[in-house]
Amino acid sequence: MNLAWREIRRQKLRFVGTAIGLGLLFAVVLAMGGIYKGMVEDATLLIDSLGADYWIVQRGTHGPFAERSVIPASIERRARSIPGVSWARSFSTLTVERKVEGKDIRLSLVGLAWPDDPGDWLRLRDGRPIAAGHDEAIVDATAGLGLGDRIPLGDTRYRVVGIAEGMVSSGGDALAFVTHSDLLRISSYVPPEARRLARAAAGDPRGVERGEAEGTQVSAVLVRLAEGADRGRVEAILSSWGDVSAYPASTQRSFVLLGVVDKARRQIGLFRIILVIVSSIVVSQVVYNMTAAKTREIALLELMGARTRVVVGMILQQSLLLTALAYGAALGTGALVFPAFPRRVVVGTEELISAGLVLVAIGVVSSLAAIHRALRTSPTTILAG
Amino acid sequence: MEPIRAVGLRKTYGSGNTEVTALRGVSLSVREGEVVALLGPSGSGKSTLLTALGLLNLPDEGDISIAGEPVIRGGRATRDLAAVRRRRLGFVFQKSNLIPFLTAIENVRLGLEINDLRGAGARRRAAELLEYLGIDDRMGNYPEQLSGGQQQRVAIARALAVDPPVLLADEPTAALDGSRSRSVIQLFRRIANERGTAVVVVTHDHRLLDAFDTLYEMEDGALREVPHRPPARDEIPW
Repeated sequence: MNLAWREIRRQKLRFVGTAIGLGLLFAVVLAMGGIYKGMVEDATLLIDSLGADYWIVQRGTHGPFAERSVIPASIERRARSIPGVSWARSFSTLTVERKVEGKDIRLSLVGLAWPDDPGDWLRLRDGRPIAAGHDEAIVDATAGLGLGDRIPLGDTRYRVVGIAEGMVSSGGDALAFVTHSDLLRISSYVPPEARRLARAAAGDPRGVERGEAEGTQVSAVLVRLAEGADRGRVEAILSSWGDVSAYPASTQRSFVLLGVVDKARRQIGLFRIILVIVSSIVVSQVVYNMTAAKTREIALLELMGARTRVVVGMILQQSLLLTALAYGAALGTGALVFPAFPRRVVVGTEELISAGLVLVAIGVVSSLAAIHRALRTSPTTILAG
Repeated sequence: MEPIRAVGLRKTYGSGNTEVTALRGVSLSVREGEVVALLGPSGSGKSTLLTALGLLNLPDEGDISIAGEPVIRGGRATRDLAAVRRRRLGFVFQKSNLIPFLTAIENVRLGLEINDLRGAGARRRAAELLEYLGIDDRMGNYPEQLSGGQQQRVAIARALAVDPPVLLADEPTAALDGSRSRSVIQLFRRIANERGTAVVVVTHDHRLLDAFDTLYEMEDGALREVPHRPPARDEIPW
């Protein structure tokens, strides 16, 4: 006969209500971890997806994800000429805010090296990769756009031809993919009136303003090595170039994590620790109060000569059952609520297991005070009327 | 071999000006099937004697044997007292002290499971005890669904679960009306007669004394036997 279960059976609603309350608290703990994981995944998504071995960026900078990086587009041709290089592609990003179909949306534009790269590596929920050299875009679903929608960028309204999934920037903005030449056109676009005024101000009404010449600048050049390439030799060549810096993809990834995500990670980590402490205190209080409410029953068990393990087992089982139920409630809450969060909340199997283990530890530690109290209960308490 | 035998029990609480002697060399033997009443005013030492006999409160001096086995010698435990309580002693109190989240039969099974008697055998034994005490029709009820008298019967069934040689009862009728009080004492009488259990009952109710074999009165920590004509062995009064 399981005393812990018998008592819970008699107070089902109260117990389940308490577990749901705790579950909501645990859901916040899970969310904190998931938000951090989501931030890391979002921040490194492009680096991992693009599949480059090296990132060539502006000399002395950590690359386009950490700071402004501008290098000549001609670096792409130079990199392609290195023996052992499979491909080299220009990379640029640009964040824009536009009103589309009555909605204000914020997009992080990424240039694809079309026609080599039509974006067929993207996970598309709907539509197709880019098929034309101009005026087409693939947009992440979080932007809320549909196929055929038009996005005003520069002097063109780009047609959405594909809806991607899980492609957001480190800032949580939806990524939009256009051809790299389109991206350069968008970034160097100057409205006609502004162009006319600039020419007039320069006293050269037929001249070419500087903006047009800036189309030869990109943020970075990505390099992929061919199979069996001499990595050391390629690295030696890249590092000999005095006008740019070249980093392995792993270094570029750690720049992002240390620069963009690190403070948020520490902040979330501390907040999570506080939440775990609060959860432990709440569980302890609940378990302690549950134990205090049955002082007479515990005294009776002691008086009847029950072994210590009977009393300890009852308290420990209730504590563990409470945390297990709360964990289930947290998972249920997470499944319902996390997808509605504006930023990705990534809770993987590893997090679920570690959170489960932490909760078991909370359940055990929380019951210690209650067990201490129970074991100090004198059997003569029962005689006190 | 007496089910319970106490010799020279002494117990003092406090010290100096606040010192109170609760037991002054109390000796007591209860035979198999004997029903004993402990009488006396409040503060006379009845409860101290009962808790000492119940191995809940060690005397400063004296010896106690349960079922012929010495368990306290010179005020010190010579056995695992919890184990002795578990196997050899049954307790009944003023309040039934049933566990509220267990049904009547589960409360009785608890007494068995604490002694590692589980499963169908335990269920059958618990049901037999409830039938013996006349409340088998309420075995699935929770304590709050039982009357005071029914609760007390379940508590007695629980105390008898492992057929202990000694049953200790602390004012078991104090919360019951006259007819229910008589019914409980009749039960003790019957249990003693049929099972040979030694029953020690602390009581204030002088209307029930006809049912006891022996009366003892506690006064200022000392125990004396009160002259009394016991009922015939197979007689259950009222």
